[in-house]
Amino acid sequence: MRVVAAMSGGVDSAVAAARAVEAGHEVTGIHLALSRNPASYRTGARGCCTIEDSNDARRAADVIGIPFYVWDLSDRFHEDVVEDFMDEYAAGRTPNPCLRCNEKIKFAAVLDRALALGFDAVATGHYAQLRTGDDGLIELHRAVDHGKDQSYVLGVLDQGQLAHSLFPLGDTSKPLVREEAARRGLLVADKPDSHDICFVADGDNAGWLREKLGDRNPNTGGDIVDAASGEVLGTHEGTVAYTIGQRRGLRLGRPAPDGKPRFVLDIEPVSGTVTVGPREGLRVDRITGVRPRWCGSVPTLLDGPDVTVQLRAHGVEHRAIVRVAGDEVHIELLDPAEGIAPGQAAVVYDGSRVVGSATISATARSEALA
Amino acid sequence: MTTPGRHVYLDHAATTPMLPVALDAMTARLASVGNANSLHASGRAARRVVEESRETIARSLGCRPGDVVFTSGGTESDNLALKGIYWARRAEDPRRLRILSTAIEHHAVLDPLVWLGEEGGAEVELLPVDDKGVLDLEALRDSIARDPGSVALVSVMWANNEVGSLQPVDQVVRIAGEHDIPVHTDAVQAVGSVPVDFEASGVDALSLTGHKVGGPYGVGALVVRRDLRVSPLVHGGGQERDIRSGTLDPPAIAGLAAAIEASVKAQPEHAERVAALRDDLVRRVLEVVPDAHLHGAPTDGTGVGRLPGNAHIGFPGCEGDSLLMLLDARGIECSTGSACSAGVPQPSHVLLAMGCDPDQARHSLRFSLGHTSTAADVAALVEAIGPVVERARGVRSR
Repeated sequence: MRVVAAMSGGVDSAVAAARAVEAGHEVTGIHLALSRNPASYRTGARGCCTIEDSNDARRAADVIGIPFYVWDLSDRFHEDVVEDFMDEYAAGRTPNPCLRCNEKIKFAAVLDRALALGFDAVATGHYAQLRTGDDGLIELHRAVDHGKDQSYVLGVLDQGQLAHSLFPLGDTSKPLVREEAARRGLLVADKPDSHDICFVADGDNAGWLREKLGDRNPNTGGDIVDAASGEVLGTHEGTVAYTIGQRRGLRLGRPAPDGKPRFVLDIEPVSGTVTVGPREGLRVDRITGVRPRWCGSVPTLLDGPDVTVQLRAHGVEHRAIVRVAGDEVHIELLDPAEGIAPGQAAVVYDGSRVVGSATISATARSEALA
Repeated sequence: MTTPGRHVYLDHAATTPMLPVALDAMTARLASVGNANSLHASGRAARRVVEESRETIARSLGCRPGDVVFTSGGTESDNLALKGIYWARRAEDPRRLRILSTAIEHHAVLDPLVWLGEEGGAEVELLPVDDKGVLDLEALRDSIARDPGSVALVSVMWANNEVGSLQPVDQVVRIAGEHDIPVHTDAVQAVGSVPVDFEASGVDALSLTGHKVGGPYGVGALVVRRDLRVSPLVHGGGQERDIRSGTLDPPAIAGLAAAIEASVKAQPEHAERVAALRDDLVRRVLEVVPDAHLHGAPTDGTGVGRLPGNAHIGFPGCEGDSLLMLLDARGIECSTGSACSAGVPQPSHVLLAMGCDPDQARHSLRFSLGHTSTAADVAALVEAIGPVVERARGVRSR
């Protein structure tokens, strides 16, 4: 096959590209220019969008011996990922821009362009596995290395996208990938893993959002209110600094009467009210999701013994019963979850297989839990 | 898909292969010891290479040996000319703050000008060009006339690196000369391709570089009249007339001189041969892709001049990047002609200045022919371009 290897400048995508070559594919390396102004994105070895990362990707391509190009997708990235990120926060939700990037950029814009240019597939360094099911459909499965598994952020891919994807690292653990990179002479072998959001400098989400949202910021301050008593416990400088389940940074002078820590339970962007309460208040067992994306055929009811839902990247699996009604997904958690924020993705698994995903629009607790 | 060893190289404006005479001249000196500023025999031998090279260059370009200041290449020469002349002229008369140039200069000129505007107190005016990429002389005249005493210098490139348009440098010299304003020209693309005579042109300073004329990388010169004051940019031992410091590189300088001598000598035949290939390329590519169009001056010899090896062609509905990649995969090497920062293509400021919209500016390719180009290169491009354009159009339609 003719394969485009998306190379971030990190160790994983470099080894993935090398493995694609070794598998006999004709591979072309590409680095995605996602920032309109590369210098403005975070520097150092943590992101994937800096000039340094671009150079690292280029050098890895040299070592592997494949052609290398930079594809400018900065406009699409800005519209589909950065703007979406800001809109979601402005609406009081907590988005996952990495999922959005996979859905809209890496496996949409890049894949479309690759197919149009005569390539057959896109290879990335994500830790996930592809298998062909009994029905002939391509299945997405968790990686062998559960600690590094990234199937969660790929849960937005549909059958057409999966059929043109390669994840060469899914059968290997991260330490072995690093060893392999060193053995192959890839200088990025000891480059640290990327964390946080690539377009937010210093990991300061709240500061970045305050600066970028400007007039679109729904509020620049409000009350912090106790869930039980309705009492105003303090004030804050904008709800964009908060996410449901957050404990740190509340700066409430007085301890709770029971002496237990308090968590953000709810965010109301219009009034600017942040509601806080005890940890028990975070527990939910009913989730509604919208904008479902299914990897294969569309399910109606998933109630098997191995059905689970994962609610955040590297989060735990919750046993669940999932009902699909048109564009809505109703999830009944058999193991309750804590701190689930609207905007996050719920990814549905059957065993190790990813069934699909939905964006969380609402959470609730059943009487059993209450 | 790329046949090993078979590259159709159509990017001579980016860099052109070294001429055998230049390679010989350079390699002959590489193992010799001697600092050209040392006083002993080895030093004198190195010095002799440098001075003979200077004389060779002077003979080839119609200047005096003392006018030649060796630099690290075109970018340094441009920086030295713009900053050095601006600083010296302003020191003579603090009213001289204006620098007049064109909107289509290379970044080696544009970026120093931006810096001088932001950090050096200069007032930079980038004058417009017409739709063929040629400076509007009326705009120059008007700008100077507004306040001639405030103009520190005028800088107009000899030939544009993207669309190949030759600039009316003689007229620029005449207009600026009426007010004794010095003129610098970036002749990096011109030397060896079109006739360049420093004294006859009347310019006061001229930038050139080795690797565009069949010489080595990393060496160039600023030809600058001895009586024009230029403030130094790089301070140190003052090796080059006290306006450029740094130990001279005799092997590279010998290679540069050999390349300039050979390319200037061969220029008339070279230009005729390469222009014929280029005309063939343009005609046949436009036959295969009927809605493609040539940017810049026409190639039929009418109107303004054009670099003989330059073909800059727009392919509507295609992204230049896609075309470049698809051609590269077939072993055909060309350029989008645009400036890159971390590989992120920006729409060409040259095409924008010529009146193209950003979309038009992104769908272009520059093919540049040189001394190793053959009819087979043109044939290979003509064969590939049809399917490549068709493929690239699919990218945009999605």
